[in-house]
Amino acid sequence: MAKKTNTSGGGAKGGVKARDAATQQKILALAQEMAKRTHAGREPLIQIPTRTKSNTIWNKKRGILEMGAAVAERPLFDLKTAKQFMQTMLHASTIKDLIDAGKTSSLRGVFYKAKHTVAGTKENTFDTQDESDPILEDLEVALAALREELHIFAENRGSMVGNITIVDKGDEIDCRRMGSGGYALPSIVEPDVIQFKKCEAKFVLHVEKGTVWNRFNEDRFWEKNNCILTHGAGQPPRGCRRLLQRLNQELGLPIICVLDNDPWGHYIYSVIKQGSISLAFESSRLAIPEAKFLGIRAKDFRECGLDDAVKIDLTDNDIKRAKEIAAYPWFEGHRGWQREITGLLNNGFKMEVESLITKDISYVSETYVPERLKAKDWLE
Amino acid sequence: MESAVKDRNAQAPKKPRKGATAEEMSARQKEVSVSEFFVKNRHLLGFDNARKALLTTVKEAVDNSLDACEEAAILPEIVVVIEDLDPKRPATAKSSRYRVTVIDNGPGIVRKQVENIFGRLLYGSKFHRLKMSRGQQGIGISAAGMNGLITTGRPMVITTKPGAKQSAHFIELAMNTKTNRAEVTLDKETKDFPPERFLGLTPGTRQLSREGKFLSEESFRTGTSVSIELEGKYQKGRGSVDEFLELTAIANPHARIVFVPPTRVSQDDADDMLPGTSAAAAEDGKSSAPVQTSETGGVVVYPRGIEELPPETREIQPHPKGIELGILLQMLKDYEASEKGSLYEFLQTRFCRVSSATASRMCSAIGVTSRTRAGDIEAPQAEKLFKVFEDEKLPPPPTDCLAPIGVRQLLAGMLKGVKAEFYAASTREAAVYRGRPFQIEAAIAFGGDLPGDQSARVIRFANRVPLLFQQSACSSFKAVEETPWKNYAMQQPRGSLPVGPLVVMIHMASVWVPFTSESKEAIADYDEIRKEMRLALMECGRKLGTYLRKRQKMRRESERRDVFERYIGEIAKAIHAITGDDAKKLYDALLEQARRKTAVADQQLDEDGKVVKEDDEPFDDDGVIVVPSAIAPVEIAAPIAPVSFDEPKAAEKGRAAKGAKGAKSPEPRAKNAAKAEAKPDSKPAAKAAPAIVTRKDLASRPAPEPKPAAKPSKRFDDDDPRLF
Repeated sequence: MAKKTNTSGGGAKGGVKARDAATQQKILALAQEMAKRTHAGREPLIQIPTRTKSNTIWNKKRGILEMGAAVAERPLFDLKTAKQFMQTMLHASTIKDLIDAGKTSSLRGVFYKAKHTVAGTKENTFDTQDESDPILEDLEVALAALREELHIFAENRGSMVGNITIVDKGDEIDCRRMGSGGYALPSIVEPDVIQFKKCEAKFVLHVEKGTVWNRFNEDRFWEKNNCILTHGAGQPPRGCRRLLQRLNQELGLPIICVLDNDPWGHYIYSVIKQGSISLAFESSRLAIPEAKFLGIRAKDFRECGLDDAVKIDLTDNDIKRAKEIAAYPWFEGHRGWQREITGLLNNGFKMEVESLITKDISYVSETYVPERLKAKDWLE
Repeated sequence: MESAVKDRNAQAPKKPRKGATAEEMSARQKEVSVSEFFVKNRHLLGFDNARKALLTTVKEAVDNSLDACEEAAILPEIVVVIEDLDPKRPATAKSSRYRVTVIDNGPGIVRKQVENIFGRLLYGSKFHRLKMSRGQQGIGISAAGMNGLITTGRPMVITTKPGAKQSAHFIELAMNTKTNRAEVTLDKETKDFPPERFLGLTPGTRQLSREGKFLSEESFRTGTSVSIELEGKYQKGRGSVDEFLELTAIANPHARIVFVPPTRVSQDDADDMLPGTSAAAAEDGKSSAPVQTSETGGVVVYPRGIEELPPETREIQPHPKGIELGILLQMLKDYEASEKGSLYEFLQTRFCRVSSATASRMCSAIGVTSRTRAGDIEAPQAEKLFKVFEDEKLPPPPTDCLAPIGVRQLLAGMLKGVKAEFYAASTREAAVYRGRPFQIEAAIAFGGDLPGDQSARVIRFANRVPLLFQQSACSSFKAVEETPWKNYAMQQPRGSLPVGPLVVMIHMASVWVPFTSESKEAIADYDEIRKEMRLALMECGRKLGTYLRKRQKMRRESERRDVFERYIGEIAKAIHAITGDDAKKLYDALLEQARRKTAVADQQLDEDGKVVKEDDEPFDDDGVIVVPSAIAPVEIAAPIAPVSFDEPKAAEKGRAAKGAKGAKSPEPRAKNAAKAEAKPDSKPAAKAAPAIVTRKDLASRPAPEPKPAAKPSKRFDDDDPRLF
């Protein structure tokens, strides 16, 4: 767990940057509103846009999920919300301190900073980090500020190699020379932190997890096919998704995903493509409507002539989940995806990317992906 | 096995088995007297074992005494003495010989009736009439005497004084079970009533009689004393003489009962002492309040709770809908034998609720005139008449023949005997089963000292007599199980008794209580009866539910107060850190709002009618008593130390230290002061407040001792689920 507090880049030390000043202003406005209500004898309450499925809108035109207008009130004098109100104000104060000091902190660091015994009692302000993290997300939406604007970051997760050179906090990083581990994707990849310097790659191949990424990296797939290779350790975190989106939008690189043939893989693709419900407010920054799903496809068991041993039976939960995904508005009218999910259900089994290894250790990187790329055989 | 068969077969060529002839059999056929029958079947009458025999003997004698007193309109004063006749027996002895003496201040018994009353089974005044009384069959006391005679060979000793100016009769009598008749072995006149012998029996009796509280001449101007010797076993606990007298005192608050127990209690199972009753409390030496049960030198006095006899009950005629055809035929025959009157007259005089108009309508319905003699009614016509009875619309039987205990007295009785925080009682309107009127009353006691993790205790009464055995066979028990206690904020495992600190009391008053057996232990399960019982319980249950929800609501209110006030210090500091606003001012403004908010919540409760003025009457209901001092203390979080805003770091450390020690804030705020009353450690406050708040006459009762601070108020744990 990252407990270090980095000094934020560039001119942070010289004075509060304009962006930080705007964030400070938002926090100040929130606190002033509470003080004003208090002195006027009105009940302090914080308005927080709701992050639920019911408040998520599918923007068909833009092809992304967006947050609706629903707002939940969090009053102080209500048994259900009194503690959360206090926690929200504590975190607001913590974040103000972070910005004032020009430092950033991990989610866990913020949790520890605000955790103490409530004055005069034996109760803790926060008991676990699970209590603290959602409060920070609440603050993000309530203040309409991004996480990095609040000077908070998550753990590094995911890796990148490929024909690109970037600058990370002033350090030039050649992603062609990352050895076997690759460049670890930080949680904050905004243009003030990471700039793209030189890129020859023609596309990005995003794979689901590290083991598959290692296969492609060892086979120098990115070198042979002139691309960038990334993975997000399962469900990709915000840093990974944001970087993919920047590569797509700023450099015009197509994003091609190789994920497992199961409802979980389909869902990861869905999140990369149109965003997630809980982070719908960030979709415009994270979603990549052009992302493509190369495989594994339901038809591959037959087309690639795979062995029966690779089959993993679908569980009841998988079947339920697949049907849910098929009913998402962004998949509902999509014939290719309806056929794909029906194919999965008809198969009655799922397949991991690694199942292609049964053909040959490098079948996936040397045969499967290049052939499909050439044939442009993917789902969008 | 095989060889045995062979052996038998070897001897087989014997004469064939010869049956008895009808003549031979007839020589052995003879009448069985009721006495003989019951000698063999003593268990039917409640003499199954030594322990129960002792109880049944006491019970039958006490029932008779109470009935006699009430019928003669005398406030009953009853002395029960159990003497241990073999005090030096080894500790392991299964039973011992006891002499049970029950002395009452009733009207006494006319000399010539003594043999019949005490010496014959199925002889009594109560069997042939429909009148609410404890005894109904005429078996009880004579059976007790018979049991004594069989187990010890000793006759009953009866002293009875039928007039204040007359001398008493002293009679020893034994029952001849062959003839079901008494044999008097000693019969003399005596001046010794109340028997002087008992005054000096124990140190307790000596002291009480010096104070004029034991068998005084003035109280016992007339009366009867019955002594029976028997093999028995005296123990405490469930189904004991103590429990019986305890419960009798609850159901008969107008009676004064004095109990002189034997000097020695049989060993073993004294463990199942009834929790929460005053007998149990007496063991702890706690109950010494004047109107509660008291003990003097081992003598237990159940005082009179109310100086008022139950209303006199009327004897009624049977209701046409309550009889069977055979009984109708017999009644017609009896009427012909005694009155030789017309059917028209017969219907009006031998039944209740048959008016002259109804009677003539019935006569014409079966095709006879109003002058037709009852004796001329043939069987087919009687059958027709019986049908007419069934079809005719008749008012239900009169109910003034019933004397329910009454809500007030039920509460007085429960309050006397059960230590709880909440009492509720209700009396149903009279109803009818098989043409017999009956009335159901129920009372419940909740909380206080009652054990919270056990099934509720059910105490049952029929015509003011406690029923101690066969609980699960009793209609009332089933009614308790059927009552939806979950609706009243109680726990109830499916189809069984509710679980929690609860005592449920059910009383059935009727001119004829349908017992399941001659020993009168359980009420038969008639649908009409069970339904009334359930409805009575539901009435009580609703009151309990309202009370519990109110109590819970009040608890939540105080929690709410705590929660709000706990966080506002943190919030004030956080806002101060961001805006620079004065933290103290913010805190005070928030505190004021928090107080106002909770006050508003309280007010709303008032309008809902759920919380009533807290100081005087918590419940505006006759059938409810709340004993605030018995309420388990509301669990309150540690008082919140006032927040200091000067030196955050130092102050915080100081507070932490204080919190750890659990020290109170130096100046308890108004809230804490107000709460102090509810706290267990504020004894003076609880004492000063009237402990019982209900009708004035009950309010004059002394407050039960406030509980010592047995349960320390618990603090909120970090993960206390009540917070959210």
